[in-house]
Amino acid sequence: MSASDTPMHALGGKAPEPTSMRAPRLNVEQASYAYSTKSQFAPTFTLTAISFQARECELVAILGPNASGKSTLLRLISGTIAPLTGRVELDGEETSRLDVRARAQRIAVVHQESSAVYPALAGDFVLQGRHPYGRSLRFASKEDIEIAHHALAQVGADHLAGRIIGELSGGEKQRIILARALAQQPRLILLDEPTLHLDIGAQVELLEQLRQLALENHYAVVVVTHELALAAEFADQVVLLHRGKCLRVGTPAVVYQQELLEQVFAAPLDVEAGPAGRPRVNLRARRGEGAI
Amino acid sequence: MRPLTIRRVLLTCAGLSGVLLACVVLALKLGAVPISVTDLIVNLGRAAIGHGDQLPSEYQLIVFDLRLPRILLGILVGAALSVSGASFQALLRNPLADPFVLGVSSGAALGSILALIVAPQFAFVTPLGALLGALATIAGVYFLGRREGELDSTTLLLGGIISASFLSAIIMFLMTTLAGRDLRGMVFWLMGDLSTPVPASLRWIFVVGLVAGVGAIYSTAADLNLLLTGEREAIHLGVDATRVKLVVYISASLLTALAVSASGAIGYVGLLVPHAVRRMFGSDYRILIPASAICGAIAIVLADALARTIVAPTELPVGAMTAMAGAPVFIYLLRRGMR
Repeated sequence: MSASDTPMHALGGKAPEPTSMRAPRLNVEQASYAYSTKSQFAPTFTLTAISFQARECELVAILGPNASGKSTLLRLISGTIAPLTGRVELDGEETSRLDVRARAQRIAVVHQESSAVYPALAGDFVLQGRHPYGRSLRFASKEDIEIAHHALAQVGADHLAGRIIGELSGGEKQRIILARALAQQPRLILLDEPTLHLDIGAQVELLEQLRQLALENHYAVVVVTHELALAAEFADQVVLLHRGKCLRVGTPAVVYQQELLEQVFAAPLDVEAGPAGRPRVNLRARRGEGAI
Repeated sequence: MRPLTIRRVLLTCAGLSGVLLACVVLALKLGAVPISVTDLIVNLGRAAIGHGDQLPSEYQLIVFDLRLPRILLGILVGAALSVSGASFQALLRNPLADPFVLGVSSGAALGSILALIVAPQFAFVTPLGALLGALATIAGVYFLGRREGELDSTTLLLGGIISASFLSAIIMFLMTTLAGRDLRGMVFWLMGDLSTPVPASLRWIFVVGLVAGVGAIYSTAADLNLLLTGEREAIHLGVDATRVKLVVYISASLLTALAVSASGAIGYVGLLVPHAVRRMFGSDYRILIPASAICGAIAIVLADALARTIVAPTELPVGAMTAMAGAPVFIYLLRRGMR
C-alpha cells in the first residue's frame, strides 16, 4: 500500500506567514536519556543528545522505525522523565520541573488508545480535559462546559457529545480524544502514533485537522509517527531518529533522502520531489520494477 | 452535554437516605418478636423527644438494646465495605475487586486475631491489628498481581483469592488451637456476623474512622475517575497519581479494617453494591462513593434483617446472605469481562 498515491493537497499549498519568524515554543537542547535495568549495569537503551525547536503554529514530526527512541523522546518532551543531560524547555520553563498540574495546563498528550473500564459519555470524557484547572471535586462550571463544547466543535464532533465512547468508530474516538486535549487549552500538543488504528482517510483528516488547529490556536504540535508519507505531506519539520540517534532535523525536503531513509527503515524506497517542495515516498518492491 | 452537578449528587443521596430510613424501621420491626410499625414509630418518636424512659421495658430491651445497635453497626459496616470495594475497583482498574475477594478482609481478620492474642487487655488493638493486616495484604496482593511491571487482572484476582484462602486457613488454625474450637468465633471471622456488639469504648473510633476514611476517598473522587482510564493518561491530565493512590489505598484499608474488626469478613458487599450503583447512577466516582455508602448500609441492614428472620429463632450469619447474593454476581461479571 502506498499512502502517497492518495491526493493530499489541502493545506500544503495554503502558505501561512513564515513560521520561522516566530519565537520557539519548545526548545529541546542537547537532551539525552538512558534506560538501564539496574543502575550498576550499562544502559540497555540510550538516546543520544538531540536538539530541535518547535514554534507556535508549527507541526513537527518525530519520525523513525520501531525502537528508534521516539517514545522516549516524547516522554522527555512531556516532562514525565527528566533528561540526563541538556534541557527541554517550553516557553522557557523546563518541562520536567513543572508540577503535574502546571504541566497538564501547558502540555496535552494524546496516546494511541484510551481504554475505559466503564462506559463513559463522550461529552464527559472531553470535560476531563478541564481537570488541571479545577479544584477538589471539579463539578463542571459554565466556562468548562463552553470550552468543552468549543473543543468538540473544533474537531467537528459536536453531535457525538451524548454518545458512549466505546460505541464510536476509530476515527470518531480519535476526534474525541483530540477534543479532550484541546479542552486542556495547552500550548503544546504531543501525539503518540495517533494514526495507528485509523484507515487512510481518517489519517489524512486527522493531520489536516491538526495543522488547522495549530494555526487557529497557536499550538506547537509534535507528532510521533513512523508514517513516512504522512510526515512528508504535513510536517513543517522532521526529526529523524534511528537506534536512539538523531540523524537529521529539518524540512521534509532536507531530511527525505533516498539512501538515508532506505537505511533507517530497512526497505527499498523511491523518493521524488512532489508539489510545493514536499517529497513523495514510494515503496519499491524488492523484485520487479515500479511502485506498488 | 449534561455533566454531573452537585445538585444531582445531593438529591440522589437524600432519596437514598430516605430509603435507608425506611429499611431501618423495617429491620426494627422484623425479628423473632413481632412489633407493629405504628407502635414502633410512636415509640421511636417518643424516644426522640426525650421520653424514652416512659417506654414499656420489653420495648426498651428488644428495640433499643438489641436491634438498634445491631442495625447501626450494619449501617457502618455496609458503608465501609462498599466504599472500600469501589475504591479498590478504581485503583486496580478491575470491576471485580472487593476487599473480601482480594483477601484484604481475611488479612484484617488475621490482624485482629493476632492483636487480640498479643494484647488482649486493650480494646483498641483489634481495629489497629486489622488495619495493619489489611495494609500488609493489599501490598502483597498488589505485588502478586504484577506481571512484567503491569497489573494483570487475572493474576491479581487469583493472587487475592489464594491469599484469602491461605489467611483463612491460618485463622482456622489459630482459632482451633488457641480458642479450643470456638465455632461461633470462627464464623464471625471467616464469614462475617453482626451479632457481637461493639464495645462501647470503640464506638466513637469506628464512627470517626468511617467518616475520615470515606471523606478522604471522596476528596479524590475526580482523580479516581481519571485513574480509571489509565494512570499514564491521568498524570498527563494533572492527577498526582502517587499521592492519590497512597491516600486511597490507606483509606480503603482503614475502612475494611474497621468493618472486619466489628463484624468479621463479610463478603461481596464491596462488589455487589458499587456494581448496582453504577447501573443506577453511572460510574462517576463523585456520585458513586456517597451512593455506594448509603446503598451498602441498606444492603447490610436488609441482609441482616433477613438473616435474623428466615429461619427464626435461629439466626444466620449475615455473611452467608451476602455470599449467596454476591457469588453469582461475581461469576456473571467475570464471564461478561471475558467475552
